[in-house]
Amino acid sequence: MALKDLEDLNEIHLDALQEIGNIGSGHAASALSTVLDRRVNMSVPCVKILDYESVVEQLGGPEEQLVSILLSLGDDVSGMIMFLFHKQFANMILTTLLGEESGDINSLDEMSTSAIEEVGNIMAASYVNAIAELTGLRIDISTPSLSIDMAGSILSVPTIYYSNISDKIIAIEEELGQDDLHAFSYILMLAEVDSLEKIMKSLGLEA
Amino acid sequence: MNKLITVGISDLNIARNGDELITYALGSCVGICLYDPILRIAGLSHILLPLSTGYSLIGNQSYKFADSAIPLLIEKMERQGAHRYRMKAKIAGGAQMFASINNSDLANIGQRNIEAVKAVLYSMNIPLIAEHTGKNYGRTQKFSSDSGLMTIKSINRGEIIL
Repeated sequence: MALKDLEDLNEIHLDALQEIGNIGSGHAASALSTVLDRRVNMSVPCVKILDYESVVEQLGGPEEQLVSILLSLGDDVSGMIMFLFHKQFANMILTTLLGEESGDINSLDEMSTSAIEEVGNIMAASYVNAIAELTGLRIDISTPSLSIDMAGSILSVPTIYYSNISDKIIAIEEELGQDDLHAFSYILMLAEVDSLEKIMKSLGLEA
Repeated sequence: MNKLITVGISDLNIARNGDELITYALGSCVGICLYDPILRIAGLSHILLPLSTGYSLIGNQSYKFADSAIPLLIEKMERQGAHRYRMKAKIAGGAQMFASINNSDLANIGQRNIEAVKAVLYSMNIPLIAEHTGKNYGRTQKFSSDSGLMTIKSINRGEIIL
């Protein structure tokens, strides 16, 4: 049976996605830990298929301010990948990388902006490389793009992108932590249904 | 006590008797406020995409697109006694949230939403009297059935009343 919709994904598919999410975010977290030269703890990621409103609610409501980095995926897999962090976590990244209080997250200078984008880039590259290695598929990523804004506004982008396929989003939820700071973060992996099918096939699963 | 009626994404609703409508965190989506100043009936529609061509409009799917949602909002207001020849429109949203997205369809979706909304309003002879659109940031949009005023709130930009 061919996948038509995300709702067609069965338990086995979800387990596979969970495992991919697990491996991908494990690599992303260890890349982050290398960049920051600090230990980054990570909870076991949890894959969920959620609609827009549930994702927004879990992130703290539509007006919650978030830091997000978006990259598009190309080649064998088309889609996008989005990292979402709360402000405190972005502040920690900036303080660690630039060695000073970054001040207000709302008025980032060019240096801080590119520092956060670069972290997104490195995390996304490790995430995607892990999946590429696992599946044998070629996956390219675009340059990262940063937005610091309301959760609802940020999530309108993947929702629109996805709306011709499904009202649901595949969200990989995890907690990245460092010492006493625990930051709830989300990685949204947004692959077109036929790309998901390719991923499933490459893992030897009938889609 | 006036009520605050929340309009979700891909949703629409109307308010009267001083009640207010609110839709949170518009990104590339567009929020369309319609107002009949005589009966003080307000309507708000939160659309995601410009055109419904090629989509099957089952259930609330019609609320998702500019070309199918706006006529439905007008009908809903007319069932309460409003008249389209008295209606005026105010719109907000249609931002480009991320600067560089390779996917060109997505890159200018905000702009295409704005244009589609304007075209629908024009074709239905409803004058657009205020807009707060484009740029690269999110907006929460509130609309009062008492005054017909639209309030736009963005992070660190305060409130603007139009």
